[in-house]
Amino acid sequence: MNNNKEQAIIAIDDPIVQVKDLNLFYGQSQALFDLNFDIPRHRVTALIGPSGCGKSTFIRCINRMNDLIDGLSTTGSIRLDGRDIFERSLDVIDLRRRVGMVFQKSNPFPKSIYENVIFGMRIGGVTEKPILDETVEKSLRRAALWDEVKDRLHDSAMGLSGGQMQRLCIARAIAVSPEIILMDEPCSALDPRSTAHIEELIRDLNGEYTIIIVTHNMQQASRISDYTAFLYEGELVEYGRTKKVFTVPVKKATEDYITGRFG
Amino acid sequence: MKKIVKNKYWRDGEPFVWGSAAALSLILILTFSLLIVIFKNGIAVYWPSPQLLFEMEDGSSYLGEVVQDEEQPTGLRHQLKIANRDLYGLDFTWIDAADIKNKSRPEGAVVLERYGYGNFHGFLSALNLPSLVVDHGPPWPRFQAALAALGPEIAKVKESKGELRALNHRIVGLDKKIAQYHHRGDDDPATLLPLQDEKGLLHHEFDRLVADLEALETTLHQNTALFTDATGRQQSIALTAIVRAYQPNAMSVFAKTGLYLSKLWELFFAEPRESNTEGGLFPAIFGTIMLIFIMSIFSFPLGVLSGIYLREYAKEGFLVRLVRIAVNNLAGIPSIVYGIFGLAFFVYGIGSSIDQAFFPEYLPTPTFGTGGILWASLTLGLLTVPVVIVSTEEALGAIPSGLRESSYALGATKFQTLVRILLPMASPGIMTGFILAMARAAGEVAPLMITGVVKLAPSLPLDGNFPFFHLDRKFMHLGFHIYDIGFQSPNVEAAKPMVFVSTLLLLGIVVLMTSSAIILRNKMKKKYAITH
Repeated sequence: MNNNKEQAIIAIDDPIVQVKDLNLFYGQSQALFDLNFDIPRHRVTALIGPSGCGKSTFIRCINRMNDLIDGLSTTGSIRLDGRDIFERSLDVIDLRRRVGMVFQKSNPFPKSIYENVIFGMRIGGVTEKPILDETVEKSLRRAALWDEVKDRLHDSAMGLSGGQMQRLCIARAIAVSPEIILMDEPCSALDPRSTAHIEELIRDLNGEYTIIIVTHNMQQASRISDYTAFLYEGELVEYGRTKKVFTVPVKKATEDYITGRFG
Repeated sequence: MKKIVKNKYWRDGEPFVWGSAAALSLILILTFSLLIVIFKNGIAVYWPSPQLLFEMEDGSSYLGEVVQDEEQPTGLRHQLKIANRDLYGLDFTWIDAADIKNKSRPEGAVVLERYGYGNFHGFLSALNLPSLVVDHGPPWPRFQAALAALGPEIAKVKESKGELRALNHRIVGLDKKIAQYHHRGDDDPATLLPLQDEKGLLHHEFDRLVADLEALETTLHQNTALFTDATGRQQSIALTAIVRAYQPNAMSVFAKTGLYLSKLWELFFAEPRESNTEGGLFPAIFGTIMLIFIMSIFSFPLGVLSGIYLREYAKEGFLVRLVRIAVNNLAGIPSIVYGIFGLAFFVYGIGSSIDQAFFPEYLPTPTFGTGGILWASLTLGLLTVPVVIVSTEEALGAIPSGLRESSYALGATKFQTLVRILLPMASPGIMTGFILAMARAAGEVAPLMITGVVKLAPSLPLDGNFPFFHLDRKFMHLGFHIYDIGFQSPNVEAAKPMVFVSTLLLLGIVVLMTSSAIILRNKMKKKYAITH
């Protein structure tokens, strides 16, 4: 276990998220064990690992989506720009505006494309139409969706294809200008072409946003991420630059997983 | 080989498919036969049927319309509506087909609808019109001209009756004021005398109007027409007693259609006559719709809010489960139990307290401490609230959790998520609950019978007298009307057509209200449907 920790802590300049001694419990059973690592700013970090290893549980801690689950408790800390997000005085609403999230299943609201994008702004109280219009165009362009939907912004988002819906969800997350975007297996329900689209988009967003992406797809992780963390049964097994993790993994378990011997 | 076929037969569940199809067909057949019976009987009531003159072997003769035929061991027999209750005592009679000597359709047969004693069947023989100026000519056109000339006179009578009602309202108002002063112990003649004087003046005016009215009515009553019935007996009938007169055997299809439409108009917009078995149903239609509206105003917000709390805010646990079971059980309680609860809680509990607090001067005459449309609506509201709660809860529960999460992830509070995402999406489901609740409320009679419905309400719960909404008033209701005329009427045969008409009307109202709600729901569904 000590060995693990040594491997996990690698030096990162200007980390945006610092995870320290994070333990997470569902009632009596523990799901995350002593996680310690820093996530770099404006980079793409991939979380890989077999199903049930705690990847999703972990990223849901960062915007405190886990608050919605009864009987869940944590110890340790996650610092966002140096401030502990588990602090009582922290405003969850504010946190979630800073940390956007895209889910596995694309889930646009049953509203128009336009209203979907500005949902975050509307609930934030923005009503000026020029600002909203501008945000819609900017976000949709950023999500590489603008050219496909610019003529039907006021049509229902339910008429979009699966890949378009997922990009709309990304646009919706971008619209509130978050610092971090969490992506929970954003491509697992999409066909290869839409997946390629999203991957291209993620590469494009790299350098501007901090992206933490959970994925089952090893190739995807190696293609799009700068850093990769390998979780196994709630523990951080290996963490480092993606190139290094995929070419010369330190741990046997990492190698076995990457080469497809289990998982 | 045979065995395999048999196995396939059972494996595909053929008997099960047939069984389920049969069950559905049975239900469809039952529903449609109910609708067809009601529709056929209800729709034909106002179509004028031909008047047939039957001359019998024994020398008697009958003029009337055939209501139904019946095969008896002794042979075929017809039921005739012969009307003329004042002459024969009964409106209906049975005749054996074998005893009929001669059957004819006399052109001159007249049907009179009267304000009393039901219809009259006969032939016009003479006119006596002392106070009406009508051109001379053949009797029937002259008779019709006389009826037309009577119209404005009757309008005058109605007008002065309206004036009398208004005067009466003012006198009652003064009485209440005086009662209030007495109740406060304020017997100061300075305040009471002017009131007494005013009341005296009003009474004087009232008496003068009554005298005028009586004089007018007496002159009008002198205009009579002499009719002969099938047996040759003569009957003099005042023109003022006649609602409508027509010769069905001489009428064209257009004339019959005109008559039909005028009767429909009467049905929808006029007051009932002859202990509700004739005339219009306006007060009952009005009462039914108003009841449902007031019920909705109370029941829907209450149900939706409770459903929201139960699903979104209450912490799952023993208590919430208990509440949920209780709500589900409430939906299954017999409606008469709600009626009794309404009587005890609303009428005797709240109503009496309101009377003691706000209207003590009128006691022991109750104002709110007796059945009324408000209490009946509230009782129905209680009855339908579980339906709304359950449907709201289910509609909210059916929304995919991903949508809530995305909303929260964008920084929305629980309330914002509820208002902007969940409620619009749940609205079609909630509407379904409304529709079920409305349909149930429209069909309930039992709880109304003890919380304020009456056979004949003197005034509507909504009228031009301040404060316009009189929620303490008793009201009429189509469902109760059906029960009342169908089973409590002394003249069941005569009331039968009205039972069908009322039933058809009640069904029509329910269909109208629910289908408009369904259209609204489908619009919402289209708007908020999610596809994945």
